[in-house]
Amino acid sequence: MSDFLKIQGLQARIDADGTPKDILKGLDLEVPKGEIHAIMGPNGSGKSTLSYVLAGRDDYEVTGGSATFKGQDLLALEPEERAALGLFLAFQSPVELPGVNNANFLRTAVNAVRRARGEAELDAVAFLKAVRAETKHLSMSDDMLKRAVNVGFSGGEKKRNEVLQMRLLQPSFAILDETDSGLDIDALRIVAEGVNSLRSPDFSALVITHHQRLLDYIVPDRVHVMAHGRIIHSGGPDIAKTLEKQGYTQFLEAAA
Amino acid sequence: MPAVTETRETVEKLAKSSYEWGFETDIEMDIAPKGLNEETVRLISERKGEPQWMLDWRLKAFRAWLEMEEPTWAHIHHPPIDYQDAHYFAQPKKKPGPKSLDEVDPELLKTYAKLGIPLHEQALLAGVEGAEERLPVAVDAVFDSVSVATTFRKTLAEAGVIFCPISDAIREHPELVQKYLGTVVPVADNFFAALNSAVFTDGSFVYIPEGVRCPMELSTYFRINARNTGQFERTLIIAEDRATVSYLEGCTAPQRDENQLHAAVVELVAMEDASIKYSTVQNWYPGDDEGRGGIYNFVTKRGICRGARSKISWTQVETGSAITWKYPSCVLAGEGSVGEFYSVAVTNNHQQADTGTKMIHLAPNTRSTIIAKTISAGHSDSTYRGLVRMQPKARNARNFTQCDSLLIGDQCGAHTVPYIESRNMTARVEHEATTSKISEDQLFYCRSRGLSEEDAVGLIVNGFCREVLKELPMEFAVEAQKLLQISLEGSVG
Amino acid sequence: MTQNAAPALEAFVARAAGHGAALAETGLPTRRVEAWRYTPLRSIADTAWQKPAPLTAETTTALLDRLVLPETGARVVYGNGQFMDALSALPEVVRQASENVSPLKGLFSATLNTALGERGLDVRVPAGTDAGLLTLVSLSDGQDVSTHLQHRIVLEDGASLTLYDISTGEGRYIANPRFDIVVGKGATLRHVKVQRESLTGTHLAIVSADVAEKGEYDSFTLNQGSGLARHEAVVTLGAPHAMAHVNGVQIVDGQRLNDLTSMIHHAAPDGSSRQTVKTVLSDAGQGVFQGKILVDRVAQKTDGYQMNQALLLSEKAQINSKPELEIYADDVKCSHGATVGALDDEQLFYLRSRGIAEADARDMLVRAFLIDALDLVSDEGLRDLLLRSMTS
Ligand SMILES: Nc1ncnc2c1ncn2[C@@H]1O[C@H](COP(=O)(O)OP(=O)(O)OP(=O)(O)O)[C@@H](O)[C@H]1O
Ligand SMILES: [Mg+2]
Repeated sequence: MSDFLKIQGLQARIDADGTPKDILKGLDLEVPKGEIHAIMGPNGSGKSTLSYVLAGRDDYEVTGGSATFKGQDLLALEPEERAALGLFLAFQSPVELPGVNNANFLRTAVNAVRRARGEAELDAVAFLKAVRAETKHLSMSDDMLKRAVNVGFSGGEKKRNEVLQMRLLQPSFAILDETDSGLDIDALRIVAEGVNSLRSPDFSALVITHHQRLLDYIVPDRVHVMAHGRIIHSGGPDIAKTLEKQGYTQFLEAAA
Repeated sequence: MPAVTETRETVEKLAKSSYEWGFETDIEMDIAPKGLNEETVRLISERKGEPQWMLDWRLKAFRAWLEMEEPTWAHIHHPPIDYQDAHYFAQPKKKPGPKSLDEVDPELLKTYAKLGIPLHEQALLAGVEGAEERLPVAVDAVFDSVSVATTFRKTLAEAGVIFCPISDAIREHPELVQKYLGTVVPVADNFFAALNSAVFTDGSFVYIPEGVRCPMELSTYFRINARNTGQFERTLIIAEDRATVSYLEGCTAPQRDENQLHAAVVELVAMEDASIKYSTVQNWYPGDDEGRGGIYNFVTKRGICRGARSKISWTQVETGSAITWKYPSCVLAGEGSVGEFYSVAVTNNHQQADTGTKMIHLAPNTRSTIIAKTISAGHSDSTYRGLVRMQPKARNARNFTQCDSLLIGDQCGAHTVPYIESRNMTARVEHEATTSKISEDQLFYCRSRGLSEEDAVGLIVNGFCREVLKELPMEFAVEAQKLLQISLEGSVG
Repeated sequence: MTQNAAPALEAFVARAAGHGAALAETGLPTRRVEAWRYTPLRSIADTAWQKPAPLTAETTTALLDRLVLPETGARVVYGNGQFMDALSALPEVVRQASENVSPLKGLFSATLNTALGERGLDVRVPAGTDAGLLTLVSLSDGQDVSTHLQHRIVLEDGASLTLYDISTGEGRYIANPRFDIVVGKGATLRHVKVQRESLTGTHLAIVSADVAEKGEYDSFTLNQGSGLARHEAVVTLGAPHAMAHVNGVQIVDGQRLNDLTSMIHHAAPDGSSRQTVKTVLSDAGQGVFQGKILVDRVAQKTDGYQMNQALLLSEKAQINSKPELEIYADDVKCSHGATVGALDDEQLFYLRSRGIAEADARDMLVRAFLIDALDLVSDEGLRDLLLRSMTS
């Protein structure tokens, strides 16, 4: 099962005020089942773009290459179908949904995904029980369930809310786009635990981060360096440490 | 509250197709010939066994109507209405009161079932004896403008509350009807109100005596059934000093190719410290995807806060009708009185809605709040039209207005037309309006969590309408949420 | 619906000779005409308005002396509808009009102007040229007279011009000017207007501006005179990335009525419009604001914002405001806000508790209220003139 997530020559562009702008320029990446990989790369290198394209955001036009997940053509699926298939994206900056009650949103999502996976829906009681267990674990207050989704949440609260969703939706592949930024030290540990406890031979993740510190907690199987819309280098966890000390220059030069 | 849950469940089950309520009921009807003239008015009055004063009142309205022109200022378009090409009186044939559900006209029962009224509630509606205790909501069912059943009359009567068809009230409580009818919406107030005054056939009458808090929600289901009939119901609600009442209005009509006219009038009177909450979920048949058929809904709703510190609150969720023309208003005549208007108007396909409110501040320290949410999809057009007027005596009066419009698709229109008039320097008016499209970011976020596009739209739209929906009584709120989603079906993708 | 039998209308139609048909048909609007519901023209209906005699040199000087005028730039003066050669220095880009302005249907001020039009300015700023500041002074004097100047201003692509448009007068008259404006691609017209007509005068101005791609019509109107004044602007953003500012201040006292009415028509994608209008009312002054933003189906990505605020300073003052959005495109961001009220007691108290006399404190707050809108005038020199004009 080496082709769990397999990306080949992926190219994508965005319409930037009328002129197309190429962002992903032939990206190759494979994440086997049960592995956790990290992506690091300079600001603007296309990390979030990659995660949006994988999750199916249609602002981006895929102009070449392919992405398969569990053997299926990922790019042909609607975002909700990808979610049902087990893909989860924790957004770098989660959007606010005014007026949409967080608990209701979570339950709707959980049941939509369960329905699509052929699992029984959770009734209100079972659902609340499941949520309460998770919020407690993530040290989130109940108040955040009653509020509108992400509205008025602090940066760290938004990130925790993303992790909460991940835990409830039980994905087989999670992309965490800088889920560590904006978190205090305790929260960082809690979030990392949240990911680690999902670790299993059936769970993979792609962790996008700028900081070695997260990778101390979530030790990746492989680290990829991304620049100019491509993976320019891949290696073991120690790459992250090199990067932390020396920056991207040597990799950029080597790739040039 | 089993009935609440059951009603909700029934509604949820029903809420599957685009217009689930578009069935036709085959019930024996007593129908007047088509056409509108003085004879029609006399015939209606005679069939209803009305006293002379009522006939005179109707005739006065009819003569005024003849002199009036249909208003043209609203942002709506429709072929001319032929007022002679409709029946103005249609009444289910009366049979002796049934003793059990088995004796009730099965067609009538089917109708109630389809309306989502739970079985024991149906029993009540059908007038089955001894079924009353189980229901927390008193219901008046109005079928082609004729009240066919009112539940809980006895229980309510014990509290001193009168809740009955207005035609009964005209006979049984003439002094009350005469005292208040037409005092809030005068017979010649506008073209459609004059028409209603001349030919209304039924509606609900509510009287809450001094100091009484109405022990349950009062509710009316309106249904247009007969073909080519205008529906003209008249509602009058009076809350005496310190009285409180919450009233719900729901409605449906069958799917038909031709348009049908609906011109209702609602009058509310709130005395000192009284409070009236009037909630509507309007779901008349909106016409098909191509804009064929549907109800023309021209409604005059107005309340007067006569007494000090009285309060009138309108909440409406407008999802149906081919055309909606309605402006539930408050005249704030009592010092410190409060007017509220919470509205959600959803239009899809070829629907047109021109709706809003008027807040007329006549007295000091009066307060009003307007929250209007407009959602347009398909080829529809929706307008918020509102007036806030601070008269010279309205010292320290306040108004806050928030109008938000959401457009779904690029073939629809959303418009905001507020009028703000102030003649008192100490009065304060604040108005805000926004128009935008449904956010792609929000849609994507929801879909990436597994929600289908339609569910995502439904969720976001419901969030957008939250401030209004939370004003609805629980049972209605659930129904309203479902309706919002159904109304927008097929508007995305 | 209209006052067709009014002596005013008869006189106008007679003066228009062959050109009065449209005017005769529409008549003088009454309150039942939606666009005029807050600004009744009763006060002009019973007078048979005539063409005025030329302005005397004496009156001209007296009227000019009242005005705060810029010291730089070119200046053109019209007296009672006639070009005053001796007082005007026509810059190269400006000449007397020889053509009629384009007709504008359905708006009374325009219909009246079209029927009786008198040739006014004809400005054409060549492509890529900055024509600097041009001051246009319109003076009126007389009893029961009316003028109907037609000005045409064309900015070719990339051109720019600042027009300072100021009017005043003495007596009982109607000033009914029309500005027919074309702003070319990437061109900018700054139109700063000061209306200081006589207390018995009536001012019915109509501006139509068509703005081309990336062009900008940036206007500010100070309504501070006239028994009855309406400044009406119709701005059409007819090509992508066009921009409009339609700002204004109205200062209304006595028994006067001042009205600022505008229609900003987004007829192409990516346009933006900004509007801030502030009205201060005292005595029995009446203020009217009617502002409509219309967004066509094609005008995707429109960004429209409008704010109108009124401050009531007396028991008898009144404001009527009708901000309006009519939107047919879905990918837009449009909003408006309106507030009406008195000075904030808390602010007043705060100032007084710091030792400021009540009257001064009030003045300060009123000024602060207005300065917000005034700050939107980009030309610093003109901003100072306006401030001086407002306080004189
Ligand atoms: N909507 C857009 N319009 C124009 N450019 C865009 C848009 N979205 C992304 N880009 C550009 O694409 C490039 C890649 O952006 P992306 O967000 O994927 O970077 P990133 O690697 O996630 O950066 P960071 O580390 O700062 O999060 C950037 O140059 C960004 O400015
Ligand atoms: Mg990023």
